[in-house]
Amino acid sequence: MILLSTPPRLLLNAITCASLLFTAVLPAHSQTAEEKGLAIATEADQRDDGFGDYTADMSMTLRNKQGRESTRLIRSKTLEVNGDGDKSLSIFDTPRDVKGTAFLSFSHRVGDDEQWLYLPALKRVKRINSRNKSGSFMGSEFAYEDISSQEVEKYSYKHLREEELNGMLCYVGESYPVDQKNSGYTRRITWLDKAEYRLQKVEFYDRKQSHLKTLTVSGYQQYLGKYWRADSMKMINHQTGKSTTLQWTNYTFKTGLTDKDFNSTSLKRIR
Amino acid sequence: MTNRRRSWKRLYVYLLCISLLGCLCDHFIKTANAAELRGDFSLEGFLFLSNPAWQHQENQSASVAGNVEFFHDLQNNLSFTLEGFYRLDSQDKERTHGDLRLAEFLYYTDNFEITAGFGRVFWGATEFVHLTDIINQTDQVDALDGEEKLGQPMIHFSLPLDACVIEAFALPWFRERTFPGAKGRFRSPLAVDTDAAQYESSSKKYHQDFALRGSTTFADADVGLSYFRGTARDPVLLLSFDKISGSAFLYPYYQQINQTGLDIQLIAGEWLIKGEAYYRTGQSRSYAASTFGFEYTFVGIAGTMMDMGLIGEYVFDDRDNGWLPTIYENDIMGGVRLAINDMASSNILLGLIRDLDSGSTIIGIEASRRLGDSLRLTLDASFFIDMEYSDPAFAMARDDCIKLELVWYW
Repeated sequence: MILLSTPPRLLLNAITCASLLFTAVLPAHSQTAEEKGLAIATEADQRDDGFGDYTADMSMTLRNKQGRESTRLIRSKTLEVNGDGDKSLSIFDTPRDVKGTAFLSFSHRVGDDEQWLYLPALKRVKRINSRNKSGSFMGSEFAYEDISSQEVEKYSYKHLREEELNGMLCYVGESYPVDQKNSGYTRRITWLDKAEYRLQKVEFYDRKQSHLKTLTVSGYQQYLGKYWRADSMKMINHQTGKSTTLQWTNYTFKTGLTDKDFNSTSLKRIR
Repeated sequence: MTNRRRSWKRLYVYLLCISLLGCLCDHFIKTANAAELRGDFSLEGFLFLSNPAWQHQENQSASVAGNVEFFHDLQNNLSFTLEGFYRLDSQDKERTHGDLRLAEFLYYTDNFEITAGFGRVFWGATEFVHLTDIINQTDQVDALDGEEKLGQPMIHFSLPLDACVIEAFALPWFRERTFPGAKGRFRSPLAVDTDAAQYESSSKKYHQDFALRGSTTFADADVGLSYFRGTARDPVLLLSFDKISGSAFLYPYYQQINQTGLDIQLIAGEWLIKGEAYYRTGQSRSYAASTFGFEYTFVGIAGTMMDMGLIGEYVFDDRDNGWLPTIYENDIMGGVRLAINDMASSNILLGLIRDLDSGSTIIGIEASRRLGDSLRLTLDASFFIDMEYSDPAFAMARDDCIKLELVWYW
């Protein structure tokens, strides 16, 4: 699943390829802020191309205003799909009453994602409507749209400025969800470091244009000499004072996953 | 007859213990992390709000139940899963029962999957009535809503292809439905004597049943087409008299049927559309039944984290109701599901089933939340309103109740 760590990816068609060449080659002043924003997002996406597949373990800690905490353990598997969004599978190990519940998602560059939930007690696979993307993922401060694969086409972009964040020079840009009707956001402001195009911080603005949440990403490590993944992501909700921290461990790339690990048959034998 | 029942039960418990011990030993001898043992333990209390309608029934009951699940990766692509269940009920002898919910070997490759043993399979799409789900027998005495199922002996072959999944089931041994005993509520005026079960087939419970299913996802729809030939899971209840005492009782009669089923889950914009239908022959005249409806979710209602799902469904069943009665003849169902999305995963479900012909209405409320990390508390209430004499659910007209359940997951 997750994707805030995964910079968006995209197999370029001829047209975007050409426009990217232009934007990369021509001097910056000939670019509009929108073009530059898209170019940066596309570059970040391209840099993650070819990872193939990976598995990872995630602990998700919910914290309320009073500081009370509750942790869920989730295993995730992700498969890169050429020419489209990733396939991902998340399996819940705790809380124990939902152990074995699995969430399967096929993200698409264009159009709605496809999502299913597997309920182990009933051995039942239920279709989920991915348009409910602004809903909370498992009671956390992450919405479904925050944890689903971040395809370039799902947003439009605008480059704002460059500024330093935690000692790194960053591109600061705005992105606007294409699916404005169902997204919980009007815009996001993102910080990507210039050196490696890794997401460092995101501010989320709700439908009333007020600052809803801030995501801080830290502990990046490089895998296979190319792909960056973060160890920690912290989402703070400024309106409720609640927060959710994701801690990632055991990233393993090129594990040999295929489409057959992401179908309804394999979903039913999930442990 | 009761002795035979008891010996079956005893056999189950033995089977369970032996296989569990065997697996545990096996596990400790072999690898340490390829096995997994877990389960739950629950306490449950029923309080009925009216005096019972039928002789011997009680006003309250309590029970304890447990599930033990053992999983072992025997080698690459081969595993064994065992799930045993037992409930001890304070009132109803029939509800004191055990079952081997699962005891199956699973072998899979990239191209196919095969399971053998006691398994569980779900077919269907809708929320209120599960018409097409036929592989497993309903553990009727364990849960009124029919969601609890008995383990079904089977060999289950799955072939996932690019465009669809083909499954075949060989079902060598039939499981009889459980029914509440004389002291139990939610029953017909006369208790069902499950020991007196009769079969249309001379092979009785060893009739070789078989089933096929094809399922596919195209565009925004998940579609399943299924065929079943064998012993009906829902028996006809017939009246008989005890030869000695002359007292009346009901006994189940299991007929041979053919059933072709269809189930669909479909996304239409913000809506989820679901439907199930089947055509069945073998029980009185041939008939069809169908149910369909929608689910719509309001996300983050009133600026909170709460989600509110609305469910509306309709069922129409054209069976010979004099032979094989159902409470879902021509009914509408409505539900509201509130997910609080808090740390305790609290949720509330309100459901209503109304018979359009008789006006009989059943209302159910279910509220549940987690306590700490491994306890879950559930409050259930059921109300039977304006029950019409002709409605098959009339026998439960006085069974309004509140149920409290605490489950500990270990």
